[in-house]
Amino acid sequence: MKSIINSAILILLISGILLFINAKLNEGSKSGKGTVTVYNWGEYIDPDLIEQFEEETGIKVVYETFDSNEAMMSKIEQGGTSYDISVPSEYMVEMMSEKDLLLPIDYSQIPNIEHIDPYFLDLAFDPGNQYSIPYFWGTVGIAFNPTLLEGQTFESWDDLWDPSLKQQVILVDGARETVGMALNSLGHSLNSTDLGELREAIDKLKTLSPNVKAVIGDEVTQLMINNEAAVSLTWSGQAADMMYENEDIDFVVPNEGSNLWFDNFVIPKTAKNIEGAHAFINFMLDPEVAAQNADYVGYSTPNLSALDLMDPEVVEDERFYPDEETRSHLEVYKNLGLELLGVYNELFLEFKMDMR
Amino acid sequence: MERIGKLPKLYLAIVFIILYAPIFYLIFYSFNSGGGMSNFEDFTWEHYAAVFEDKRLIIILLNTIIIALLSALLSTTIGVIGALAIYFMRNKKMRNAVLSMNNILMVSPDVIIGASFLILFTMVGVKLGFASVLISHIAFSIPIVVIMVLPKLREMHPTLIDAALDLGASRKDVMTRVILPFIKPGIFAGFFLALTYSLDDFAVTFFVTGNGFSTLSVEIYSMARTGISLTINALSGLIFIVTVALVLGYYALNRKMKAPLAGVKK
Amino acid sequence: MNNNRLRSIYSIPYTAWILLFVLAPIALIVYYSFFDLTGNFTLSNYRNFFSSVYLTLTISSFWYAFLITFFSLLIAYPTAYLLTKTKHKHLWLLLIIIPSWINLLLKTYAFIGLMGLYGPLNAFLETIGIGKQQILFTDFSFVFVSVYIFIPFMILPIFNALDKLNPTLIDASRDLGANSWTTFRRVIWPLTINGVKSGIQVVFIPALSLFMITRLIAGNKVITLGTAIEQQFLVTQNWGMGSTIAVFLIVFMFIIMLVTNGKEKGASGNGTNR
Repeated sequence: MKSIINSAILILLISGILLFINAKLNEGSKSGKGTVTVYNWGEYIDPDLIEQFEEETGIKVVYETFDSNEAMMSKIEQGGTSYDISVPSEYMVEMMSEKDLLLPIDYSQIPNIEHIDPYFLDLAFDPGNQYSIPYFWGTVGIAFNPTLLEGQTFESWDDLWDPSLKQQVILVDGARETVGMALNSLGHSLNSTDLGELREAIDKLKTLSPNVKAVIGDEVTQLMINNEAAVSLTWSGQAADMMYENEDIDFVVPNEGSNLWFDNFVIPKTAKNIEGAHAFINFMLDPEVAAQNADYVGYSTPNLSALDLMDPEVVEDERFYPDEETRSHLEVYKNLGLELLGVYNELFLEFKMDMR
Repeated sequence: MERIGKLPKLYLAIVFIILYAPIFYLIFYSFNSGGGMSNFEDFTWEHYAAVFEDKRLIIILLNTIIIALLSALLSTTIGVIGALAIYFMRNKKMRNAVLSMNNILMVSPDVIIGASFLILFTMVGVKLGFASVLISHIAFSIPIVVIMVLPKLREMHPTLIDAALDLGASRKDVMTRVILPFIKPGIFAGFFLALTYSLDDFAVTFFVTGNGFSTLSVEIYSMARTGISLTINALSGLIFIVTVALVLGYYALNRKMKAPLAGVKK
Repeated sequence: MNNNRLRSIYSIPYTAWILLFVLAPIALIVYYSFFDLTGNFTLSNYRNFFSSVYLTLTISSFWYAFLITFFSLLIAYPTAYLLTKTKHKHLWLLLIIIPSWINLLLKTYAFIGLMGLYGPLNAFLETIGIGKQQILFTDFSFVFVSVYIFIPFMILPIFNALDKLNPTLIDASRDLGANSWTTFRRVIWPLTINGVKSGIQVVFIPALSLFMITRLIAGNKVITLGTAIEQQFLVTQNWGMGSTIAVFLIVFMFIIMLVTNGKEKGASGNGTNR
């Protein structure tokens, strides 16, 4: 009995001490000008820039992270939190604005909008950029390692079906991405709402099964870097991470077309410090800041003025900054509505169950 | 006590090697000057330096430990009471029903627990952050404590309690002098597994946290998309080494203090 | 009487916990399971569950949960037994638990490296002449890593049951001419059955709803009910269907409890006869 009580007291004591240290650590960073709570993906911003922003404006940044668009939305929708800024992907911007979860952006407070490439503004998912400003963008393509493939190259999605690739291909565990790829390979739109086309795509996907090594998520980066996998369906941002670590890897966006994606700043309805949120967005759009951030994160920035400040070798890399001709083949995901999303996912599940 | 032979020793050694292999793998790469957990380039301490420079990370680490310790402590307390309540129930059907309810949280996927707790908290109006995370961790750790304590209670001979009562012990004495000492191993097992549950949880914490409060798990999972930095490896290495040192130190200290009292103990 | 009241006061926190964090969420889940995407009352979710996809998922979930539990027990029992024989048994026991305090996602990434084609495990296989094997994304890797995760949960209750086992009982059994196997079967096993049952419960029940590992280690070649629920809640945002699957999981759990507890009556009956 005694030892139980002693242990309990010891635990309480340790917790008390830690709480005290924690409070002390938190104390130092308080400031008068209020706080901005930023809700973003992990490791998706250069932490030095947050410090710089805090110094310049006197506003304290609280940084919280999420690991999926959907989880982030559920969180904001349920309330109880007060995020001032979030960074959803484009289809999620559409979904959130439909659900009336976002505040319109006041451009008088964001003069730096002029630096954004007009090509990336006024897109279908948010006409007139009423609610969102692009943060990073990219494509979906095939990352591959020629040294493991006897020099095979990829131009078309159909190359994934090559019989020599047995158990080599890694697909993305996302219905929109993988089913979209199959749709593209058939020449259909990746926003197809035609059930016949979708059926056709799944049937074609099933014939890919012998080549599929696994259907996974972000872990693919590590597998490709380790030479563990030779071919994968990948977002350009992840491909950049792979290539940074493993020089053998190459990335290609097949010519039948593919997806063009964006992560965007938005201000959720639950925001408390709306002025601070605008200040933060404006700060991040500053060319020098955007250039430094793009260098840190390694994704493609939509900030035209920032491109001039960056390493020309990076900016001229067609794989990550494709020319307008390539871009014209790309489609942005449309929000298809929950019912069709359900259909996509059920078909995708059917494919996954068929895989073994 | 009989000594164990060579073959059993080998068996135990293999079990321990497998248990620790991934951890040593993590620690090994925490010294890699390259970016990730492959292609070891050069030896470096830079990731360890980065841990101490990142104040936010340290705050998150402290949050994680505080939540784990407090939630394990409180859930153990409540869980032990629950186990006693179940043990003393006379109605068998009722006992089975409660025991089944006890296990519901263990079979429910974290996403569901997280989402329903979030709905609950927003309905009641609990401010999301430290309190809501702590309460949730207590809530999902209780079942494991109950399950760890119950078998010890069942092993206890009912005659033990009767004997104590016959000898004039009060009910309180029976509890503190007979029952609790007997189920002590179960209590500690429950506590340590509750710690495990708390430290490992990502999904529930994600849903019920807010206002800048974060734990290590949430942080690590949300790094997955852009790649988990080796700073996290270094941090895990530090946590691991400190934990082992604490356990060894505490154990050595305990033995030293107890040794002369060995005869009087219990 | 007075004591009874005192006892019920003590059990208030536990009762409150059951009401607030078990019954309330369950009520919520059952409620949601009757609604479709557009928020209309429907029974279609239940009808959907009996479609072939979900039935296959259920069967495969049970099969893998069974495998995981079986191998956990197979490895944990001797480990726990040998641990009780070591000199610093409580220290060794703690050392079994400590690895589980390091973040699971990190350890999983480490496993991806360890089991990879160029990882240490394959290097070992090559030196002993077996040659490189695809280990990741197989049933083996999935069961292996799952057992790795659950093993402390199995070892602890068994250790506790074995630890207090009176060694004189074993000696007595030996003196009476029983061989090791008979001693184990007739003396040790029955006395530790409660611990084993606890272990099975804390492994089998959560194993039914495993998810993350199915993707990271099995490459989605294994899909469980947990994966399906997670997808429905997060990706498809069909909380109705997700809740329906969860309702079935809970029902299955109740059935498992009924079965194991049914046996328990017999066991404790034995205990009092002893």
